Amino acid sequence: MTSKKRQDMTIGEALRANGVSRRGFLKFCAATASLMALPPGAATAIAAALEKAKRPSVIWLSFQECTGCTESLTRSHSPSIEGLIFDAISLDYHHTLQAAAGHGAEAAREEAMKEHHGKYILVVDGSIPMKDDGVYSTIAGMTNLAMLKEAAAGAAAIVAVGTCAAYGGLPAADPNPTGAVAVSEIIKDKPIINVSGCPPIPVVITGVLAQFLTFGLPELDDLGRPKAFYGQNIHDRCYRRPFYERGQFAETFDDEGAKKGWCLYKLGCKGPITYNACATTKWNEGTSFPIQSGHGCIGCSEPDFWDMGGFYKALSQGKLGSAEGLAAAAGIGAAIGIGSALLGSSGQKAAKAEIKAKLDKDMEATK
Amino acid sequence: MTLLDFARGPGMQWSLIILIVGILWRVVGTLLLSAEKDYSQARQGGTGPGIRAVFRRFWPHPEFVKPTLFHMVGGYTLHIGLFVVIFLFAPHILWFADLLGLPVWANLPNNIIMLAGALTAASLVAFVLRRMTHPVMRRISGFDDYASNIVTLLPVVTGMLAFAHTPIARYETLLALHLLSVELLFVWIPLSKLAHALFFIPSRYQLGAAFGRRGVKV
Ligand code: HEM
Ligand code: SF4
Repeated sequence: MTSKKRQDMTIGEALRANGVSRRGFLKFCAATASLMALPPGAATAIAAALEKAKRPSVIWLSFQECTGCTESLTRSHSPSIEGLIFDAISLDYHHTLQAAAGHGAEAAREEAMKEHHGKYILVVDGSIPMKDDGVYSTIAGMTNLAMLKEAAAGAAAIVAVGTCAAYGGLPAADPNPTGAVAVSEIIKDKPIINVSGCPPIPVVITGVLAQFLTFGLPELDDLGRPKAFYGQNIHDRCYRRPFYERGQFAETFDDEGAKKGWCLYKLGCKGPITYNACATTKWNEGTSFPIQSGHGCIGCSEPDFWDMGGFYKALSQGKLGSAEGLAAAAGIGAAIGIGSALLGSSGQKAAKAEIKAKLDKDMEATK
Repeated sequence: MTLLDFARGPGMQWSLIILIVGILWRVVGTLLLSAEKDYSQARQGGTGPGIRAVFRRFWPHPEFVKPTLFHMVGGYTLHIGLFVVIFLFAPHILWFADLLGLPVWANLPNNIIMLAGALTAASLVAFVLRRMTHPVMRRISGFDDYASNIVTLLPVVTGMLAFAHTPIARYETLLALHLLSVELLFVWIPLSKLAHALFFIPSRYQLGAAFGRRGVKV
């Protein structure tokens, strides 16, 4: 620790104090710039802005979650450029990463909230259970709902990390036993940035934070995600797309088509309705992503991805429920048909009788 | 529930129910209507000429080829195009296979589907324009004629827009519009002149058989 108090350092100072090289820092800025599809020159601008920015206090709350988002962030390759961001921010509270436990930990959270009131960034992963007054998930005796409301009150902005925090995710999957909801369904008066994914790509999590620190609130799509990272459709960027166009599909995971790398649409790929950076940024230092590894996209960055008809059902399949309704419809239709035919034929008879009566009358008249 | 969820779930379910009820109502109701008894002596059996008429009428008699050429070319393009687009595009095949519990059949490449879609749309548009401009066609065209044309055109246009991920709206929105237009088509089929799809074979047969009995060449 240098003589300056950590909170008072700029990001640049903090990084140097932690032994991060200038080169490593610039590499991070360049990666972030390219991820945001900014021209290469922007990396210097990001570097300059980050250098001068004050280290923000970050409070990270974990609710109904599996810790996969944190794992994604921390288990990335090392030394990680993603890790840099942890040196750059002042992470004042994080269940999994902090050393303190129990009352000490909660005290640290309360202190950070008081000291940086109105200025800290609140990161949330996990959904919030609403049923039965939120008893299904509590921390130190406090429900997630109460803790979120308390922490949100003093936050400058909220970053909802992972699909659970962003849209309810797995806990909200049908039948949603705990009444789990997204952060945005509870907090209405603070800017919320959704960083969806199950988990999100690590560099996207840190990229969003870097973008926020350098450029302020990012432009969001209609699902509250930063357009810079979620503007791309997987199917539009997928290297298997030519096979889709040619109508060449793998039918099973081990057939000839699968071996030849054909399109995975028939095996349930949700790429056409999924927006994320997987197909371009990829995972594990740009090594691969699910489709490249031979499995269809499961659409994990989209709301309700768990309930989209099944991971292995093609997009156009599995949405119709039972066929019973349709069978019943056939019965009803036939019944109406018979009914209308009977009506029709009695109508025919009546018309015939009418015509006959008229003819008879005419005959009478001519007699 | 998003628009797409609605279109895929309840929207599709209800439109299919209406389609099935409607088809059975129209078909059963029509077939059960009592036909006039034909008291004249039959010159020959009706079955042969009936079946012959079903096929013979796929192409006009020589003297009518020229006057009906526009309708023949446009009509065949439209119907073959629709067949290709509806039944040979991979996502559609999966949908039908799923709905009907059938095995998946072979699909065509997308560029051929798009070509068929474009030709289909072009012939539908040509038919509307002709209805609006041709002096006779204009007088004999009513709401049903125009509506049936447009309701058929919409799924083709929205399908192609969605397929191309046209940036006028998000893909999911375009796809939802595609499905809603398909649902409109499903509902409209039994209630309109599109019901010719159900009736053209039995009515050709019926007429062919009646002509046959009276010794009229079909
Ligand atoms: C060139 C014309 C067309 C194109 C390019 C097209 C394209 C598409 C696409 C891309 C899908 C999405 C499948 C998915 O979920 O991934 C779809 C679904 C569907 N289309 Fe079309 N379509 C066309 C015409 C039609 C027509 C004329 C019909 C009318 C019967 C139709 C009926 C359907 C149905 C029933 C589905 C399945 C619904 C679902 O995905 O849940 N399409 N179409
Ligand atoms: S594998 Fe998935 S994303 Fe890639 S082309 Fe096929 S459907 Fe699209």
